Amino acid sequence: MEYNWDWGVLFREPYFGWIIDGIGWTVTVSIAAWIIAFTIGSVVGVARTVPVRWVRSAATVYVELFRNIPLLVQLFLWYFVLPEVLPREWGLWMKREMPLPEVTTAIIGLGFYTASRVAEQVRSGIEAIPRGQSMAGYATGLTTVQLYRHILVPVAYRLIVPPLTSEFLTIFKNSSLALTIGVLETTARSRQITEFTFQGFEAFTAATVIYIVITLTVTAFMTVVDERAKIPGFITGGR
Amino acid sequence: MIELRNVDKWFDDFHVLKNCSTNIAQGEVVVVCGPSGSGKSTLIKCVNGLEPFQKGEITVDGVSVGGKSTKLPKLRSRIGMVFQNFELYPHMTVTDNICLAQEKVLGRGRQESEEKAMTLLTRVGLSDQAAKHPGQLSGGQQQRVAIARALALDPIAMLFDEPTSALDPEMINEVLEVMVELAEEGMTMMVVTHEMGFARKVANRVVFMDYGEIVEDAETEEFFGSPRSDRAQQFLSKILHHI
Repeated sequence: MEYNWDWGVLFREPYFGWIIDGIGWTVTVSIAAWIIAFTIGSVVGVARTVPVRWVRSAATVYVELFRNIPLLVQLFLWYFVLPEVLPREWGLWMKREMPLPEVTTAIIGLGFYTASRVAEQVRSGIEAIPRGQSMAGYATGLTTVQLYRHILVPVAYRLIVPPLTSEFLTIFKNSSLALTIGVLETTARSRQITEFTFQGFEAFTAATVIYIVITLTVTAFMTVVDERAKIPGFITGGR
Repeated sequence: MIELRNVDKWFDDFHVLKNCSTNIAQGEVVVVCGPSGSGKSTLIKCVNGLEPFQKGEITVDGVSVGGKSTKLPKLRSRIGMVFQNFELYPHMTVTDNICLAQEKVLGRGRQESEEKAMTLLTRVGLSDQAAKHPGQLSGGQQQRVAIARALALDPIAMLFDEPTSALDPEMINEVLEVMVELAEEGMTMMVVTHEMGFARKVANRVVFMDYGEIVEDAETEEFFGSPRSDRAQQFLSKILHHI
């Protein structure tokens, strides 16, 4: 294969700046989407377990809607379709005045989608808690809200740190789909560098390394969280 | 103090409680026994409304448990309950387990709650375990903490749902001793248990259940001496003479 390797391209301007810029957007979109996903996911996940039927149904509808449509399709729906089906003024505002329309849309799309997955994990965490715990809480006079606030939710989150870690990692990787609606994040920048320089191997190696460094950092962070969240004497595994 | 009148309960088609009636007077200790699946645990959980029932009436200190206007959390905070599997909150220290409802339900301050917790832990012989988590304690210790947690709310009555069934044999006594002490102090108690020694020693009455019915409701002496029903006789001969 004839290929002129030139790793130096990654460190030349403007390409170096593009990469840094791309990392910035990858991290920004992912963290912002994670905040949305964690918040909505927590509310919806809890709602799926409460003893009020209509609340549970509404939460189920959310989860089934957002987790069953491909993320890419969802991004297109948010970006291209939603402004057209909203009342005219709102649609115009989204297209013309909404700040950073691509980035905002990507954050919302990715956040709402991931929320449905976080919700399922929160629900599974709460459902993993034996029914006797709720009974014990109620028996001391706690209300349902207090029961969730002081017992079910704190215990559930400690149980679901490992799957939440995977979800948190996935959001960084899924953020690459934002390039399809024009967010110039890491993957988009790599493609752009390839188009300008024909040094595709270098550009996408850089992207690969960047994603790995980001995800390993997140993993290290979540390991600390997991360690802190561990309940002494609870779940006696082989560790 | 606790009155059950013609209580019926169904789990879907399954008739778990059939026309159950009994009374527990203030200061009385009543043991509920019977084969597994007879509805004992369900019955005791109806008393503080943890299980709903479809017919009949239960009143505790004059308050109707199934009443529409009854504030269940308020009523429950006045009735202590101890469970078979302890059900301590795993993520909280022993002290926090005992303080939670004192603070959130009774509105006591942190300091007062902690003092109360310490007094009760001393009483059940666990003052040195206050800072530990439940997972670091033995079953017997956990159950004693659970009793302390219930007592912290100054209950007017205590419900025990098979408090020693999940314990290793050598830990049963440490829990029963605390319960005997409570009974001797005059606490009103309803105890679902297979510990017939405990029943003999402290119970005023024994209620025997089978297939969701209260088959026998007799003074302790009478129950052990000359049970009226065949079913209770069989039950007693089986559990009093195991090999």
